[in-house]
Amino acid sequence: MTQTEFLVLLPALTLAVAALVVLLADLFLPAERKQLTGWLTLIGFAAAGLSLTTWPAGMAALAFSGMLIADGFASFLTLLFVIAGSVVTVLSLGYLPRFGIERAEAYVLLLLSASGMVLMAQAQDLIMVFLALELLSIPLYVLAGLARPRLSSEESALKYFLLGSFASGILVYGIALVYGATGGHTDFQGIVGIQSGELRLAGLFDPVLMPFGVALVLGGLAFKIAAAPFHMWTPDVYEGAPSVITAFMSVAVKAAGFAALLRVFIQAFPLQSVQWAGAIAILAGLTLIIGNFAALVQNNVKRMLAYSSIAHAGYLLVAVPAAVTQTGANTTLSFDVLGTILFYLLSYGLTTLGAWAVVTTIERREADGESGGLTLDAYRGLWSRRPGLALGMALFMFSLAGLPPTAGFVAKYLVFSVAIQAGLLWLAVLGVITSLVSAGYYLRLVVMMFMRPGEPTVADTWGARLTVGVMAFATLGIGLFPYPVIQMAQRSVMAFLR
Amino acid sequence: MLTSIPVYAYVGLSAVLFALGLIGVLTRRNAITIFMSIELMLNAANLVFVAYARHNLNMSGQVFVFFVMVVAAAEVAIGLALIVTIFRSKRSIDVDALRQLNG
Repeated sequence: MTQTEFLVLLPALTLAVAALVVLLADLFLPAERKQLTGWLTLIGFAAAGLSLTTWPAGMAALAFSGMLIADGFASFLTLLFVIAGSVVTVLSLGYLPRFGIERAEAYVLLLLSASGMVLMAQAQDLIMVFLALELLSIPLYVLAGLARPRLSSEESALKYFLLGSFASGILVYGIALVYGATGGHTDFQGIVGIQSGELRLAGLFDPVLMPFGVALVLGGLAFKIAAAPFHMWTPDVYEGAPSVITAFMSVAVKAAGFAALLRVFIQAFPLQSVQWAGAIAILAGLTLIIGNFAALVQNNVKRMLAYSSIAHAGYLLVAVPAAVTQTGANTTLSFDVLGTILFYLLSYGLTTLGAWAVVTTIERREADGESGGLTLDAYRGLWSRRPGLALGMALFMFSLAGLPPTAGFVAKYLVFSVAIQAGLLWLAVLGVITSLVSAGYYLRLVVMMFMRPGEPTVADTWGARLTVGVMAFATLGIGLFPYPVIQMAQRSVMAFLR
Repeated sequence: MLTSIPVYAYVGLSAVLFALGLIGVLTRRNAITIFMSIELMLNAANLVFVAYARHNLNMSGQVFVFFVMVVAAAEVAIGLALIVTIFRSKRSIDVDALRQLNG
C-alpha cells in the first residue's frame, strides 16, 4: 500500500478502526460506564472528519488500481456522513439508556455503516459500489432491530433486511449484465472506454445487454434512496426502528444512495444518459406525488417524516436528469447540477437531523415496551411548555416545506432552476405544486405545537438541546447567507473525474 | 470438435433463475422462502459473471463471484438471526403476520 493509497483510504479506515476500538473497550467497561463507548465513537467520527484534511485539495487521487478516488465530491459527502454520525451519537447518549437499549454494538455498527458510506462516495468501480452498499446496509439491518424485543423494531429490521437484500440482488444482477455487455469491465472508465472509438468497433461491446444492466442498476439504487415505486419499505422501517437510527437512515443512507447514483450514472453510464435521464425524470415525478400526498394523511410523526424523506428523494431526483446533456456523440457534465445536489443533501440533512432530535425528546417508552408520544397530538401545546424546542421544530418544518428564509427554500429554488434550465419544466412545475401540498402536513405539526392547548411530556437531554440549537442555527444561517455554502458545494465537484 | 455453447445460452438460463427468484420474493409469504429466492437472484448474477469470465477470458468475473458469495454469507448470518428473533416473539415467520406496522 503506497502512501497515496493509505491517505485515500484513511477516512474509511479511521471509522473501521474506531469501530474495533469501541468493540474492545465495551469488553472491559463495567455496565455503569457504557457511556464511554459513545464518547469514543464521537472521537472516531471527529478523527475521520479530521483525516479529510490529508486529502490533496482541488485534485483527485485514484488508488487501489482505480477502485477508489479521493476528490472533492467524496470529501464533501464524507463530511456530511461524519456530521450525521456525530449527531446521531450525541442523541444516542441520552436516547439509548432512556429506552433501555444501551448497547455498545449500536455505536460499533454505526461506525461500520458510516465507513461503508464513505467508501460508497469514493467508489470508482461497480464492484466497489456493491461492496460498499453491503457494508453500509448490513449493520443497518441490525440497528433497525436494536430495540429488540420490542416487536415493531424486530419487524422493521426483518422488513428492511428482506427488501434491502432483494434490492442488492437486483443491483448485482445489473452489474453482472454490465460486466458481460462491456466485455469484462466494471470500472467506470473502462465501461465508458469500451463504448467509444475503435474499441466499440472491435465488437467487445454488447449494445443489446447493456440497457438491461443499466435499468437493473437503477432499480437497485432506487430502492436505497427510497424512490417511488420502490419506496414501500420506508414508512414501516422508519417507524419501527429506534428514532436515532431512523435519523441516521433518513440523512446518511439517503446521501450515500445519491452518491452512488451520481457516481454510477454520470461516470459509468454517460453514454446511456438519454435513456436513464427519462427514466429518472419519471421516477422523480412519481416520487414527488406519492411521497407528498401519502404524507398528508399520516397521523404518526415518524411515518410523516418517512414520507417526507421519500418526497425529498423526489426533489433530489428532479436535478439528476439535468446533470448530463448529450449532443450527438458528446456528453457534457453540468457542475452546477452536481453542486446543487450536494447543497440540497447538506441542507436537507441538517434540517432533518434537527427535526429528528425534537422527535426523540417527545417520544416516550410505554409500559408494554412500545414507543409512545409519536402522534401529532403529542405535540399539542409544546410552545407554551418548551418554546425553544417548538421554535426549532417550526423552523425545521418551514425548511422542509421550502419556505424562506431557510436552507430548504434555497435548496429547492436551486433544484427547480437547474431543472428549468435543462428543459424539464413539467418536473419543476410538479415540484412547486407538490411543495405547496407538503406545506399542508408540515404546517399541521406547527399548528399543533403553537395553537392547540396541551401538556406534552418532554424528556430532553443536553444532546437533543444542543442538536436542535446547532441545526436551527445552521438552517437559518444557510437560508440567510447561502452563497458561501453553495460555493463550497460547487468547488467540491470541480474535480469530479470523467 | 464440439461446438461450444453460445454465451447467450448462459445469460438466458440466468435470466430464468433471476425471474424465478423475483417471482418467489413477490409471491411467497414465508420469510425463509423469500430469503432463498433472494439467494437465487444472487446466484443468477454469479452465473452471468462466470459465463462472461470464460467467454472473454477475463478472470475478474470469477473474483467477483467470490465477493458476491462472501456478501451472501454475511447476509445469511444476519438474516437468519433476525428471522430467529422474530420467531421467538411471534411464533411465526409469515411476513403477512407482521402487522404491527401497518404498511
